Amino acid sequence: MTAQTERELETETETMTVREAVRQALREELERDEDVYLMGEDIGLFGGVLEVTGDLYEEFGEERVRDTPISEAGFMGAATGAAATGTRPVVELMFSDFAGVSMEQIMNQMAKMRYMFGGKAEMPVTVRTTEGGGMGAASQHSGTIHTWIAHFPGLKAVAPGTAASAKGLTKAAIRSDDPVFVFENKMIYEQQGAVPVDEDFTVPIGEAAIEREGEDATVVATQRLVGESVQTAESLADDVDVEVIDARSLYPLDTETIVESVRKTGRLIVADESPLSYGTHAEIIARVQEEAFFSLDAPIQRVGTPDTHMPFSPPLEQEVLPDGDDVREAVERVT
Amino acid sequence: MGEIDLQSRDGRAEALRRMLTIRAFDSEAGDRFADGEIPGFVHLYIGEEAVGVGTCAALESDDYIASTHRGHGHCIAKGLDPKYMMAELYGKAEGYCNGKGGSMHIADVDAGMLGANGIVGAGPPLATGAALSIDYQDRDQVAVGFLGDGAVAQGQVHEAINLAATWDLPAIFVVENNQYGEGTPVEKQHNVDNLSDTAQAHDIPGLTVDGMDVTAVAEAVGEARARARAGDGPTLVEAETYRYRGHYEGDEEPYRDEAEIERWKDRDPIESFRDRLIDRGELTAEEFDEMEAEIEAEIQAAVEYAQEADEPTPDEAYDDMFAETPPEIERFATVARTDGGER
Ligand SMILES: Cc1ncc(C[n+]2csc(CCOP(=O)(O)OP(=O)(O)O)c2C)c(N)n1
Ligand SMILES: [Mg+2]
Repeated sequence: MTAQTERELETETETMTVREAVRQALREELERDEDVYLMGEDIGLFGGVLEVTGDLYEEFGEERVRDTPISEAGFMGAATGAAATGTRPVVELMFSDFAGVSMEQIMNQMAKMRYMFGGKAEMPVTVRTTEGGGMGAASQHSGTIHTWIAHFPGLKAVAPGTAASAKGLTKAAIRSDDPVFVFENKMIYEQQGAVPVDEDFTVPIGEAAIEREGEDATVVATQRLVGESVQTAESLADDVDVEVIDARSLYPLDTETIVESVRKTGRLIVADESPLSYGTHAEIIARVQEEAFFSLDAPIQRVGTPDTHMPFSPPLEQEVLPDGDDVREAVERVT
Repeated sequence: MGEIDLQSRDGRAEALRRMLTIRAFDSEAGDRFADGEIPGFVHLYIGEEAVGVGTCAALESDDYIASTHRGHGHCIAKGLDPKYMMAELYGKAEGYCNGKGGSMHIADVDAGMLGANGIVGAGPPLATGAALSIDYQDRDQVAVGFLGDGAVAQGQVHEAINLAATWDLPAIFVVENNQYGEGTPVEKQHNVDNLSDTAQAHDIPGLTVDGMDVTAVAEAVGEARARARAGDGPTLVEAETYRYRGHYEGDEEPYRDEAEIERWKDRDPIESFRDRLIDRGELTAEEFDEMEAEIEAEIQAAVEYAQEADEPTPDEAYDDMFAETPPEIERFATVARTDGGER
């Protein structure tokens, strides 16, 4: 069954970019709930380095769209303390590569407080951050780190691949009483898609979406690779019928939708930009072999970054950056 | 426990009572740890009682505190119940954190106690965050971040102070300078003469007070609170104090000698405050002895309660990870149970 609820399909939509979809989500949640506010570096006056927050500062003012000092440990910690004491901060971490600077507050405070205190702490904090190579930003501004967060107990992680899921997941993250990281691939900010305009539209955290139905092989993709996998599937349509699933949520992971698809197709390709070793691919594959081992007709394939950092020079970057062609090759290897 | 208003006679008696309660609690915790009844680590607050109690004496009951690894004293000063504290140290289901936190993570968020903390320097950013919530919602509260002298060297502490100072948040940072970070003396860890000098970098008031004197601490924190509530931002208060016991129980203390410990004990915060109250005719030696005996009995009762309280059931290990539990937890719990035999 497709995880795209009927409600999603029924509602009126508007075509917009991923960037606009995220901004619309932020705007709607700021309007809906007074306790929600945004904080981060250059998100106000400047409008965000990748222009996601845009004019929200003009609309909502400096109390609700807060420019912070360049102080990731400080503001990540402050967001954690604020979430525990009655407000709902939405943090923008400019590039996910900067997570290291704030990791202590993320891993030892944000992720652990509820558990360590026997459930007696609330942690309704959202962290939005950008990932991915493709713009020549080199190794310290192109990382894909979502595996760290998805791996770390106590945190939830989502990584939208379409404009609709970007909006729906951002809203769900803000409404969640758990810490949720929203990983935005910076290369799809300009990607267009149909986005439900209903202010109550959300994408439940933990539900994948079947973006293209198919019978012969399953591609589970994330972020930029969702769109590229759908294009690849279309181009292969004469020879092989490929199903493409947008995982959307990394933790929790919609094991059921993925497993059901593999039971049908017997073949699995996992396409995610994170480095290949010990990662997101491995987790998805482990779950599939646990539940659908005997449905598999071919070795599972993975498409990702081949354990390098993101190099600067375009030919080098293109070499290691996974794309639709890599997905095509992977599909061809097993069909 | 009631409010600690040092302007009133009852309040002063209450301050003395809380300091004594901290000492009795921690002496007992040390003994029970030595007997192997309390697992993990315990960091005792004995000698530093005037800092926690003086600070909380200047606070309103709904103010927040973010504590440190040496947090028992902060809990008692804030009004937490020694019974549930001891149960938490014992890892019992009836403890403040249902046995999931222990000494290093004891907390009661509803009472404004945002947790002891196993990470040196992690409390101040949380206090800044609580102050952000207060400011954002225009609430009439403040948030205190406690930190040790050692923690003053942590980057995130200064980030927290800078953020609070820049946004004029109602935060107070209380540095408990007990002269050592673990076994390293304060002068080997910092270039400034007084740790309160670091406040200058953030253009906020920084003062050093006698941390063995509960009224001196309360006065400084009281001024800081007034300033914070007036919208003038944070203050850094350094309280000079001393821990009588090792860094943690079991520390062999090669870094100091008995004479140094005795010099500080001569200025004991409880004895000196007791003597002051006796001099003022507010307390007799007999009343003090009675108070001590009552507290001793209360702590013994807390220990008995903790000893007899229920252990958490193994299944509770899977609770409280999230507000909305993901299917993964149940899935892997099932695997763990199958591996571990019957439950
Ligand atoms: C980030 C971090 N580094 C090191 C430690 C180990 N550690 C625990 S307490 C402590 C000393 C802290 O000294 P101080 O801040 O002065 O507090 P005190 O123990 O004196 O109360 C150290 C090094 C830790 N818990 N966290
Ligand atoms: Mg110290």
